Amino acid sequence: MYDLNWNVILNNWPSFVDGLLLGLKLAVFGLAFGSIIGLVLAFARTSGIRPLSMAATFYVEVIRNVPLLLLLFVLYFGLPIFALRTFPPGTARRLILDGDQSAIVALSVYAGAYLSEVFRAGILAVGRRYLDAGRSLGLNRWGIARYVTLPIMFRTVLPSLSNTFISLFKDTSLAAAIAVPELTFAARELSTNTFRVIEAWTTAGALYITACFLIAGVLRFFERRIRWSV
Amino acid sequence: MQTVIDNFGLLMRGLAITLQLSALIIVFGTAIGLLGGIGLLYGPAPLRFVLRAYVDIIRGTPLLVVIFLIFYGLPALNVEISGFGAAVVAFSLFAGAHVSEIIRGAVASVPKGQSDAAKALGLTFWPRTTWVVLPQALPVMLPPWVNTAVEMVKGSSLVVLVSVNDLMFATVKVAERTGDPMPLYIAAAAIYVVVNLTISRFGAWLERRSSFGVPV
Repeated sequence: MYDLNWNVILNNWPSFVDGLLLGLKLAVFGLAFGSIIGLVLAFARTSGIRPLSMAATFYVEVIRNVPLLLLLFVLYFGLPIFALRTFPPGTARRLILDGDQSAIVALSVYAGAYLSEVFRAGILAVGRRYLDAGRSLGLNRWGIARYVTLPIMFRTVLPSLSNTFISLFKDTSLAAAIAVPELTFAARELSTNTFRVIEAWTTAGALYITACFLIAGVLRFFERRIRWSV
Repeated sequence: MQTVIDNFGLLMRGLAITLQLSALIIVFGTAIGLLGGIGLLYGPAPLRFVLRAYVDIIRGTPLLVVIFLIFYGLPALNVEISGFGAAVVAFSLFAGAHVSEIIRGAVASVPKGQSDAAKALGLTFWPRTTWVVLPQALPVMLPPWVNTAVEMVKGSSLVVLVSVNDLMFATVKVAERTGDPMPLYIAAAAIYVVVNLTISRFGAWLERRSSFGVPV
């Protein structure tokens, strides 16, 4: 029979906490860079310039239909070999990413595709009259995007941004596959080293759930404060 | 490119496993989700509480953690299970929770007058749900359901971490053997995109068909 022994968890508590914090860090970076990618893509798709919007659509369709794990493997295992074969060693070395960097880039690229849809919907939801008002104030295209569309869009997409952050945080678990020492990696290491399988995985699960609910609570609170009427 | 052509058979065998796994997950997940969604709406309070806990716990946990818990956890409890079996169980639980929430939302969006009218015609609970409410919830639940199906095909790549020989596994192994990963990764990505776009297309077609004659 399997007897539960939670001491193992207590003894290795720091590795769980460190893993959780690393996961949060990866998700924060992923959301930040992903938002930039998503914004550029969203404006490209709504620009009305055909080659631009087609390129952006292609990016979104490809990335949204490819597993995140494959992206991680491409960056972590594929890129170094590819770089060393195509570029001189000096340049190649600069292209090689370590585990954390691969995870951040993969999450950003992935989040960018999803966020571009969110932002696009947000941009399209900005009322015609605001754009007209901006134009009548003499703003050019860039000015309207920066001072009219962006702030209004930001408030509409805020809830989707928090949802994306939470799913990104859960997706950081995949970084364990490329040996990034985040929460899933910590649990896996503990379970293979000590065979305390049930304890390790239920602890990891419980930590993820708690973190997700706390993050959701905090983000909802800020949403209510920031989302004044448009 | 040559590596991809030489090993195309292996990739296709991997794809067969991926498709098999995805199909099983989608069927089981939808079955769990249908019961779960209806239970969440109409079940007695204790059942609703249990289902709510199940849905929220699974939705707050990464898929990978669920897979590892089942794959490593069940054998520790003396239940023998293969990697494929563990994957089916874990993914079905995961998809079931997500589909429950989708169906709950879709069914709740059907105007109450519809089920009142069915009641007035003398239909009992199950006929009312099956023949009146669910068909009208269908167009609402199809888009997110198709999304979940795509997510599951993509998610099925995680089984490589518990050594199930799916498309991802074939890709990784051939890449390791040939030492030339990039073309293989690109080929795998292309295959995933084709499969998922096909599912999305099929979903869009279903949507058009199912929304026929439904009052909006």
